[in-house]
Amino acid sequence: MIVQFYKHALTALFVCLPSLGLADELSGSNTSWILTSTALVLFMTIPGLSLFYAGLVRSKNVLSVLMQCFAITCLASITWVVFGYSMSFSDGGSFNQWMGSITQNFFLSDVSRSSMSGDIPETVFVMFQMTFAVITPALVIGGFAERMKFSAVLWFTILWLAVVYFPVCHWVWGGGWLSDKGALDFAGGLVVHITAGVGALIAAIVLGSRHGFPQTPLPPHNMTMTVTGAGMLWVGWFGFNGGSALAANGDAGMAILVTHISAAVASLTWMTIEWAKYGKPSVLGIVTGMVAGLGSITPASGFVGPMGAIVIGLSAGFICFTATNFMKRTLKIDDSLDVFPVHGVGGIIGTLLAGIFVASQYGGAGLAEGMTIADQFSVQLMAVVAVIIWTAIASYVILKIIDVICGLRVNDEVERNGLDISEHEEKGYNI
Amino acid sequence: MKLITAIIKPFKLDDVREALTEQGIQGLTVTEVKGFGRQKGHTELYRGAEYVVDFLPKLKIEIGVADENVNQVIEAITRTANTGKIGDGKIFVTTLEQTIRIRTGETGQDAL
Repeated sequence: MIVQFYKHALTALFVCLPSLGLADELSGSNTSWILTSTALVLFMTIPGLSLFYAGLVRSKNVLSVLMQCFAITCLASITWVVFGYSMSFSDGGSFNQWMGSITQNFFLSDVSRSSMSGDIPETVFVMFQMTFAVITPALVIGGFAERMKFSAVLWFTILWLAVVYFPVCHWVWGGGWLSDKGALDFAGGLVVHITAGVGALIAAIVLGSRHGFPQTPLPPHNMTMTVTGAGMLWVGWFGFNGGSALAANGDAGMAILVTHISAAVASLTWMTIEWAKYGKPSVLGIVTGMVAGLGSITPASGFVGPMGAIVIGLSAGFICFTATNFMKRTLKIDDSLDVFPVHGVGGIIGTLLAGIFVASQYGGAGLAEGMTIADQFSVQLMAVVAVIIWTAIASYVILKIIDVICGLRVNDEVERNGLDISEHEEKGYNI
Repeated sequence: MKLITAIIKPFKLDDVREALTEQGIQGLTVTEVKGFGRQKGHTELYRGAEYVVDFLPKLKIEIGVADENVNQVIEAITRTANTGKIGDGKIFVTTLEQTIRIRTGETGQDAL
C-alpha cells in the first residue's frame, strides 16, 4: 500500500500539470485483478460476515444481524461516494497529516471514466477501497448484537465512518501522518481490524450486557450458517489481502500465500488449545481461530514471508484464544461476537509482528531503508496505540451522541421478544 | 377409558409404535418435548463460555385406551422403551372422561 501510495501521489501531481500528462498507462492485468478483488471483498460482507454473525446469535435475532449488515453495506457505500473517498484519499492541504479534503472529491467530482489511480482506473480503486469501508462498520455490530436499535446502528455507521474510519484510513493509506512515519499496514490491521475491534469493545461496554449474560446460555442458533460464512470469509480474504497489492504480481501472490498459511495455522492452533483445555475440538473454535489468523495476517500480508505467517498464525491462535476467554470469563464484558479479542487483538498482533517479520532474514519484503527491526517495531507500536486511543475516544463520544438522538439500546421487552419481530416485524423462520 | 401418556427417549419411537400396533392400537399422538428427571444434562461450550443444558429432548406419546387394554399397553411400552439406563422415561395413566370421533360423531369406546 505504501509503494502504491507514492505512485498515486505522483499521478495526482502530474494530473495537476496538464502540459505533462504522465499518468500511468492502464494495466489490464492489474485492473482485472482489482475488479475481481472488489467483488471478493464485497462478498466477504454480503453474505460472508452476515452469515457468520447471523448464525452466532439466537434465532429471534437472526434477521436483525442480516438487516444490519445489509443496510450498513448500502449506507457505507453511499457515505463513501459522497465524502468518504475524498476524506480518505484526497490531499487535505494544511490538514493532510490528519485527514483529506471533504470537498475536493465530494460526490466523486474528480473521478471520471478515464481518471487513473496508478495503473488502474480510479473508479476501480474507489470501489475496491469502498468494500473495506463497508466491512469495517459491519464487523463492529458484533459488539452490540441482539440489543442495539436499528436506527442507532444507521447513525453509528455514518458518524463512526466519518470520525474514525475515514481519518484512520487517511493516516495510514491516504498520505497522513502514519504513512509519513513509515507505519506498515498492508490491508487493514490498523484501519479495519483494530478500529472495528476497539469500536465494538467500547459499544459493548457503553450498551451493557445482554439480559442473562453471563449466567444464562445464549448459544448460537445455527452453527451451519456460521461455518458457511467462515468459508466465504477465507475465500474472500484473498481479495482483501491479495487485492491490496493493487497489482497482479508476486506481491499479490505472496500476500495470498501468507494469508492462507496464517488462516490454516491459527485454525488448528485454536482447535488444539480448545481440545487440550476443554476436552473436545469444536467447530466454533476452529472457525474462530481462522478469523483470528486472517485478521492478524492482514496488516502483514504484503510484508512477511511464509515463516512470518506461521509465527503470526500461531500467535493469533494462542493469544486471541486467551483474550476471548479473558473477556468472557474474567472481565465478563459482553462483546457478543468477540470482535475485540479476535479482530482487535488479532490486528494488534499482526501489526506489531509485521514490524519484525518484514525483515528479509525472516523471508520478508525487507525493512525500509535506514530502518532496523527495532525502529520499525516502535513505529508499529506507536501506530497501534494512536489508533486505539483515537478510536476509543471517538467511538465513546459518538455513542453518547446517538444516545441523545434516538437512544442506543432497545428496551427490556423488545430484547426479550427479539429484535426481528420487534424492530423489523418479521420472523426469520416460519417453520 | 384411560389416557396413557408416555415420555420416552426419541429413538425408541419406532419400537414402541410397532409393539402398540401388535396390541391393536390404531391411533396415537406424538409430541416433541424437553424435560429432565434423574438424567443429568450435558455441557456445551461456545468460545470459552460453558453452559449446562438441563433439558433433554424426549417424545410424548398419548393414547386413548379401553380399560381392559390398559395393562397390556403399559407392558408393551415398558418393554420396548426400556434401555436400562437413566432417562428411559415415565408413563402416566389418567382417567379419560369422553372420546369423540370428529368425522362420525361416535363416542365412548367406539371412538377409540
